[in-house]
Amino acid sequence: MTLRYSRTTIAAAAALAIGAGAAWAEPVDDTLIVNEEITIKTRAEAPAHLEGALPELYSGWHFREDDTRKMQMDDFDNPNFVFLEQGLDQWSVAEGTENKSCADCHGDIEESMKGVRAVMPKVNAAGALWSMEDYINDCRTNRMGAEAWKWNSQDMKNMTLAISLQSRGMPMNVAIDGPAAEFWERGKEMYYTRFGQLEMSCANCHEDNWGNFIRADHLSQGQINAFPLYRLKDAGVVSIHQRFVGCVRDTRAETFAAGSQEFRELELYVASRGQGLDIEGAGVRH
Amino acid sequence: MKRHVVMVAAAAALAAGATAAEVAPMEVKWDEDGSIAESLTGTPGDPASGAKIMTTNALGNCVACHEIGAMPDVPFQGNIGPALDGAADRWTEAQLRGLVVDAKRTFEGTFMPGMYKTGPFTRPGDAYTGKAAPADLMPILSAQQIEDVVAYLLTLKE
Ligand code: HEC
Ligand code: HEC
Repeated sequence: MTLRYSRTTIAAAAALAIGAGAAWAEPVDDTLIVNEEITIKTRAEAPAHLEGALPELYSGWHFREDDTRKMQMDDFDNPNFVFLEQGLDQWSVAEGTENKSCADCHGDIEESMKGVRAVMPKVNAAGALWSMEDYINDCRTNRMGAEAWKWNSQDMKNMTLAISLQSRGMPMNVAIDGPAAEFWERGKEMYYTRFGQLEMSCANCHEDNWGNFIRADHLSQGQINAFPLYRLKDAGVVSIHQRFVGCVRDTRAETFAAGSQEFRELELYVASRGQGLDIEGAGVRH
Repeated sequence: MKRHVVMVAAAAALAAGATAAEVAPMEVKWDEDGSIAESLTGTPGDPASGAKIMTTNALGNCVACHEIGAMPDVPFQGNIGPALDGAADRWTEAQLRGLVVDAKRTFEGTFMPGMYKTGPFTRPGDAYTGKAAPADLMPILSAQQIEDVVAYLLTLKE
């Protein structure tokens, strides 16, 4: 990587600068236990393929305020659930020329969709890299004879939430070798590309500066184990690609589209940076 | 640190149609060490305006990344870069101008964006719209805004 402050330098500089305001802040030392029964692994050992880029993995949950973290600890307080339940209902609604529902082919969502979020995105039988949204739309158009949902439509988010919940508490475990390797390499290259008039890469914020503050924002490692998640600032559910669009746009760049091949590849690479963190099922962020 | 070739003479700047004395981004005369000796406008900078530019999100937004102890009323100062207090003790006017115009000439690979730079960029956008940049992409700050920021930085002595 390019010249930058090492974490220890930042810590030392911050210690000297105390009194001036913000300082490097540790991720909050807290444990995510949902509904008083499901313990979610929100920190994990960094996987070998990161080659030391991060000393340890932290979910973005550790970088948010107390109130925000708490909202995720009880499904009744978690604003995702209104939408997630609509997704669960939709699971058994028959649609399209075939008049079939998801349940007609897949049965009980709790069984058939268990672990699915943890391995997405993945290479399909035809050799293409697909995100969960692609698999959903493939079923809708080819098996149900129904219309595809738009990537960031509420219907799509409701369904990805419902499916992601079935992997809650299971570790992220995407395949990055074999047929996935070329996609992963391209995603990695993108992660380190400095986009836009501000010339910033994902790594500039989420690898070099996690723990630091950009104005009021406490920078996390930009992990995607909690997606789709509810963002209080947007008062709505945010998809993985939607977040990527926002982060690229904020570098004063021409962004890529949600559902683009570039973002599928980036999604695979970013997912692999979180390997070992548990799927949160339905995260809450500010 | 990378050395860059001085690009075009001041005469060309006039021909390019910029305000009489204003140096366009591509015509800035860099010194080897990443400093810029000559004012970009010939008009002295206004430190009060500089302070405003540095704390306004849509302008320089320097406080997004830098703490400035001399501005205790500005909330949520970031800590990505070094605190700017004492900057004028560490750097000359020419060096500060170079740092604000394009800090990458001083610190290769730095995170700090070039404030008076129009390329080359990878997928430049039209400000924060996410759309492609227009052909005549404007720098983030104008020449006089750069001079104003430099004037403010020169007040930061300890
Ligand atoms: C200019 C700084 C900056 C850049 C560059 C940037 N991000 Fe972010 N990102 C943020 C901020 C600020 C947030 C919100 C606070 C946080 O979680 O870090 C955020 C949040 C995220 C999140 C949500 C994490 C969570 O748990 O809620 C993801 C995922 C993410 N970024 C991925 C990326 C990717 C991928 C890229 C590159 C395409 C990128 N970011 C580039 C600043 C940046
Ligand atoms: C996105 C982050 C970011 C923004 C925005 C930013 N800077 Fe910086 N700046 C840095 C970093 C990081 C360094 C340290 C250089 C390095 O080692 O990479 C730096 C270094 C400097 C220095 C030299 C540091 C010293 O005091 O020794 C000055 C002066 C400076 N910046 C001024 C500014 C001004 C003025 C603005 C706004 C017009 C600004 N910066 C905006 C990140 C930023």
